[in-house]
Amino acid sequence: MGRKLLTEHINVEGIETLDVYRKHGGYRSVEKALKTMTPDEVVEEVKKSGLRGRGGAGFPTGLKWSFLAKPEGVPRYLVCNADESEPGTFKDRQLMSKLPHLLIEGMITSSYALGANTSYIYIRGELLYVLRILEKAIAEAYAAGFLGKNILGSGYDLDLFVHPGGGAYICGEETALLESLEGKRGNPRNKPPFPAVQGLYARPTVVNNVESIAAVPVIVNEGGDEYAKIGVGKSTGTKLFSACGHLNKPGIYEIELGLPVEEFIYSDEYCGGIWKGRDLKAVVAGGSSVPILPKELILKTAAGEDRLMTYESLSDGGFVTGTMLGSGGFIAMDETTSIVRNTWSFARFYHHESCGQCSPCREGTGWLEKVLHRLVHGHGQRHDIDLLVSVAKQIEGNTICPLGEAAAWPVAAAVRHFRDEFEWYVTHPQEATKPGAVYPGQLVRA
Amino acid sequence: MAKITFDGIEIEVPDGTTIMNAARQIGGSIVPPAMCYYTPLKGSGGKCRACLVKVAAGSAKDPRPMPKLVASCITAVQDGMVVENTTNDSVLDVRKGIVEMLLINHPLDCPVCDQAGECDLQNFTFEHGLSTTRYEEERRTFEKIDIGPLIQLHMTRCILCYRCVYTADQIAKGDRVHGVLGRGDAAEIGTYIENIIDNDFSGNVIDVCPVGALTDKTFRFKQRVWFTKPVNAHRDCPKCAGNVVLWYKGNEVLRTTARKDQYGEVKEWICNECRFEKKETSDWTIEGPAHIDRSSVISANHYELPVLNQSVIDDLPASTQRELEKNPPLKLGS
Repeated sequence: MGRKLLTEHINVEGIETLDVYRKHGGYRSVEKALKTMTPDEVVEEVKKSGLRGRGGAGFPTGLKWSFLAKPEGVPRYLVCNADESEPGTFKDRQLMSKLPHLLIEGMITSSYALGANTSYIYIRGELLYVLRILEKAIAEAYAAGFLGKNILGSGYDLDLFVHPGGGAYICGEETALLESLEGKRGNPRNKPPFPAVQGLYARPTVVNNVESIAAVPVIVNEGGDEYAKIGVGKSTGTKLFSACGHLNKPGIYEIELGLPVEEFIYSDEYCGGIWKGRDLKAVVAGGSSVPILPKELILKTAAGEDRLMTYESLSDGGFVTGTMLGSGGFIAMDETTSIVRNTWSFARFYHHESCGQCSPCREGTGWLEKVLHRLVHGHGQRHDIDLLVSVAKQIEGNTICPLGEAAAWPVAAAVRHFRDEFEWYVTHPQEATKPGAVYPGQLVRA
Repeated sequence: MAKITFDGIEIEVPDGTTIMNAARQIGGSIVPPAMCYYTPLKGSGGKCRACLVKVAAGSAKDPRPMPKLVASCITAVQDGMVVENTTNDSVLDVRKGIVEMLLINHPLDCPVCDQAGECDLQNFTFEHGLSTTRYEEERRTFEKIDIGPLIQLHMTRCILCYRCVYTADQIAKGDRVHGVLGRGDAAEIGTYIENIIDNDFSGNVIDVCPVGALTDKTFRFKQRVWFTKPVNAHRDCPKCAGNVVLWYKGNEVLRTTARKDQYGEVKEWICNECRFEKKETSDWTIEGPAHIDRSSVISANHYELPVLNQSVIDDLPASTQRELEKNPPLKLGS
């Protein structure tokens, strides 16, 4: 079993309290950073660690930090994106509710590195109970002198606030998040300017995922080089995967990047195989917005190599035969799953969550959903399948924010890999729409 | 100053100019269409994606092409930038897709829409769209809301360009009660709980609306715009500059609007008194015919400079020919 850097103590009784958390080595990174390191040294360690953003895009965190504009006399902000609402992704919720102090410790260390004196945790509105846990933990941290004025006598001040969202998936997009945090309607902004130049309240801002920030204490404690030793190539460290779907042991697993996908699915240490002794049909590897892959392609790349749980290996082959690591929402589907219904379900989600600002996404997501609805209910025609691909292509790349792509990719990928099943819905509508219908055909892969 | 190449045409513009405005300085048919961008409104643009262009070279320093198409209305030029608009087929294809997207939930009720004839969406579709649709589903509809005695809101026609929201924010200042509610294709322009838009400059939302979603209630169903004659006029107004266009049918002023430039952008905002109340010729000082672009359907009534087309005249019935001889139309150059 690989090392657990974030979740080592997650099951310790009372770990959500400051005392127990400190007994298990908590807040060491704050002391180390504030007392012995300059902010730039912390940034340098994070750069060396090779940590990549855990929210989905996988952009190197250290590099993102170094882009932060630092004009004199202008406040800077660190915002933690805890608006985790992608279908299939539920890692941050667990991390925050069990280890609130880990996030707070990460926020303090990261804010120090960035020179931010006010930081925010923007949490998904539905996670109200987690918000209470965090607020309790923040109060403890203030009382212990880890937050507030002159932290640990270092002269560094930091105020940390938790702000709940109003229940919109789009507010997980960083600029929409900032708009929402400012009290406005959560519409994504046009970029450039990027948040690193003009973010919250038009000030330089860094927006990081919960898991990225939670990895910072580990990096500071152990050193960036040490952290970079874990993993394969440019995918360093450990990553939380929230495995769900038709697995024997769904749940949240912290793995060292580089684990073979096959081992992750079938090993008893992890997901324990597919439930009810069935065969695996397809996997969505990184949350609902990444392309779905059939069994053959998720276990082996097109070149026949083992597919590993790394940023590079999962995206091997581009979108033709690959996918993305995304946010780590690992959805496995057994052989009885209807890919068409599943795709419709995803499309319905994105239709509901599109902010409605730019035309391709506003109109296109609805169109995709309606065509899929027709197919699923046995009213589809053969040309509808090509229509789906064409509409997805019209959305992709032409929108303000990545939600358009998130809606288009799963649909395009489902048609790409499971076209024959879509055609079955057209040619055998009676059979296909029966409850519990299972596609009988042998899958023909592109 | 930055030197850019737009569709093969070189132009030098001040730093910070957007690609769109650089193209407008060149003018003509290469200018990207704009459905949401509106120069007088700060923050507008980037939403409709109609003006997407390909940046084939980012700048002289970094000549790599930009990976995605960019919205020309909000992207600033860089020295040495090479932009492709009408010369790039993929851009035109994407634009076709945008027309299609904008139309799938549009009611296409042009025959009964007051905006027809001066509608940006109509022009955009005519220029870039297809004459068929692949959309088979029901179009979205909204419950009608009444936003007061002067302005008619037809939410079904709205393309959510946000221009009216910015107008309400920036021009019709005061207690704003108008914005976007809901999200996705269910997003709608609304005055929350049907509050009436009540501001001296609220009528400007009619002028900025690219479609027939916001129209003038005092002009509703009175006349097709191409049967009315635009005349520039002004009056001494204590609230606004008072420079307007009066739209005549016979001797009657049917409608008053602000003056617009060739891209349909308002030059000077006008107040509601000028727009809705002063409907007598005696209220105004007439300046002369307002210029209408020749490609516009409004100029089809030839009021500005009638043109005699001999081949058409030859086929006319004898009675009409006699009428024409009595009142000869002006000839070009005469």
